Amino acid sequence: MVDLSFVRKDIVPQRAAPLSEAGIVGWFRKNMFSDIPNTILTIIVLYFIISVLSSILPWVFSPTWYSGSLTECRSILAELGRDGHGGGGACWGVIRERWLQLLFGFYPSELYWRPILAFFLLGLALAPVLFEGASRKLLYLTAVYPFLCFWLIWGGSIWFPITVFAGFIIAYVGFVYVNKIAGSLSGVIASIVLPLIWWLFIVSPLSTMLFSILPIGSEAIDSDRLGGFMLAVLIGVTGIALSLPIGILLALGRQSDLPILKGVCVCFIEFIRGVPLITLLFVASTLLNIFLPPGSNFDLILRVMIMVTLFASAYMAEVVRGGLAALPKGQYEAADSLGLDYWKAQRLIIMPQALKISIPGIVSTFIGLFKDTTLVSIIGLLDPLGLSTNIRADMAWNGILWELYGFVGFIFFIFCFSMSRYSMYLERRLATGH
Amino acid sequence: MANAKKQLEVSDEVAIQITKMNKWFGSFHVLRDIDLKVNRGERIVIAGPSGSGKSTLIRCINALEEHQEGLITVDGTVLSSDLKNIDTIRSEVGMCFQHFNLFPHLTILENCMLAPVWVRKVPQKEAMETAMHFLEKVKIPEQANKYPGQLSGGQQQRVAIARSLCMKPRIMLFDEPTSALDPEMIKEVLDTMVQLAEDGMTMLVVTHEMGFAREVANRVIFMDEGQIIEQNEPEQFFDNPQNDRTKLFLSQILGH
Repeated sequence: MVDLSFVRKDIVPQRAAPLSEAGIVGWFRKNMFSDIPNTILTIIVLYFIISVLSSILPWVFSPTWYSGSLTECRSILAELGRDGHGGGGACWGVIRERWLQLLFGFYPSELYWRPILAFFLLGLALAPVLFEGASRKLLYLTAVYPFLCFWLIWGGSIWFPITVFAGFIIAYVGFVYVNKIAGSLSGVIASIVLPLIWWLFIVSPLSTMLFSILPIGSEAIDSDRLGGFMLAVLIGVTGIALSLPIGILLALGRQSDLPILKGVCVCFIEFIRGVPLITLLFVASTLLNIFLPPGSNFDLILRVMIMVTLFASAYMAEVVRGGLAALPKGQYEAADSLGLDYWKAQRLIIMPQALKISIPGIVSTFIGLFKDTTLVSIIGLLDPLGLSTNIRADMAWNGILWELYGFVGFIFFIFCFSMSRYSMYLERRLATGH
Repeated sequence: MANAKKQLEVSDEVAIQITKMNKWFGSFHVLRDIDLKVNRGERIVIAGPSGSGKSTLIRCINALEEHQEGLITVDGTVLSSDLKNIDTIRSEVGMCFQHFNLFPHLTILENCMLAPVWVRKVPQKEAMETAMHFLEKVKIPEQANKYPGQLSGGQQQRVAIARSLCMKPRIMLFDEPTSALDPEMIKEVLDTMVQLAEDGMTMLVVTHEMGFAREVANRVIFMDEGQIIEQNEPEQFFDNPQNDRTKLFLSQILGH
């Protein structure tokens, strides 16, 4: 006869985990030397890492910082008894000599403070968007930053960016006013039509007139003098900042019940995704001029920015749509049943969750976009890669390869890696335990 | 629970009037000729086998589902495709779902404050006071700053009830509020609902909790195949069902 009854009298207390589970030794034991195959693998991988590092590190630490040309650099290495034909050490002189050019392109060196200030202000303008702790008042800076940045980089009359900015104020005032007297649909139409009229027909004569009355401005810089990482960051940040909102609208349009709106969004997304970015860049650099009215001078960099933004927004739309699809239907129903209208439900309930789900995809798109800015070298813009080709054409540095592209790659890596770390920080911050 | 309903009064004022309502999902006729009049203060339990259209019926009342024929009048407002009416009705009618549908990215307090602040334009401070009042009512004020994911199912459902109450609705709809809960949590939610009934709320409850129906409801409606088959006072309904389908249904759910 088996006795089935059992009654616990005393509760078993918690004990500390055994050392093999907790300490550093325990970790190594468990993860690297748990059994014989694992130990062998650990040793092989360690050998591989050491042999790679032992051949790369001497190349990287090479005393050629002050050399003025590739030949000089190689003779320094040969004197030191190293291989003088490229394998013996890197030739860092090219970076010392050309790093400012890699950063700023052919921007006049006495005006470097302008892009530097713009870059510093970019940090301040982004802070309230990226970090919770930053002062909310900085959002005012964020709102005017695009116009400030434009003026700092390109210079010229201050009235042009101000009048363009005024277009947005007109859009807002138009919406509020027309909304009050003629309903929300007319308000939306007014907020689109009024600023378009303003930008197309009034901005240019008005800013010229204002400039002739009050000539405030700074030295104008031509677009073909911009280059290097400044150009990559300009195109990249514009694309990143604009592709997210446009992508969200496209994703919502694609999910809409209105058939025409939905059709337009689907066509746009599928068309842009189906065409290589380089094709779009060629369209921007050559074809667009044919369609624009003769005599209109539409800056090449601006055209490229538009194309890159459109390209990224199509991808962004699909990433956001993935996030929307992952939300349970109950969230929409709960928002509806509380009486929230479509836009409030989107803003307060749906988007915060859908965007959070899509963070990895969104940041991947951002990183892809930023790296794709190097493609503009193909249509003759002097981004870091375009400049590298230029530098390599110089007699003194003819034949240099690893150092230049390694440096460019390293800077890109810093930017992209920061974005990736930021996205992980954001995911942790937004986690609410479910 | 037992002596709760003796004190409950039903007024003559009509809260919901449904006449000749029909609904199709594609070609499937899911609700057929529904006629229902609900007076203020009534506690109606809707029962029936799954797929009988009971959830769809109450979802039509706050326009989560669209009906194709017939008339639904809620608090004197006729439900049509006009967006303005839909929003008016939705802010007057609270709803609790089987899966709670709390907003996981907001704290409990924010969940409760969101709709009053954004739909009713109640000032922040007042909305917070209301939210705390109703959270106390459902007996979880101490969870106010947690996120829904940190609460148990029963607690989440009570928050969902509090969230609806913060809009000060005159009618509450419950769509199987206890079906997704562990047995030990069902009681806390039902107790909250009983309390709501005692406060005189007009309630339409889709549920399989026949004990709740017997004790709290003043009317039980049995639906099958998209039609109202039988409705009666709970005693009559449970002890003396008339229709064969009702008898079969009751024998199946009460039989074990």
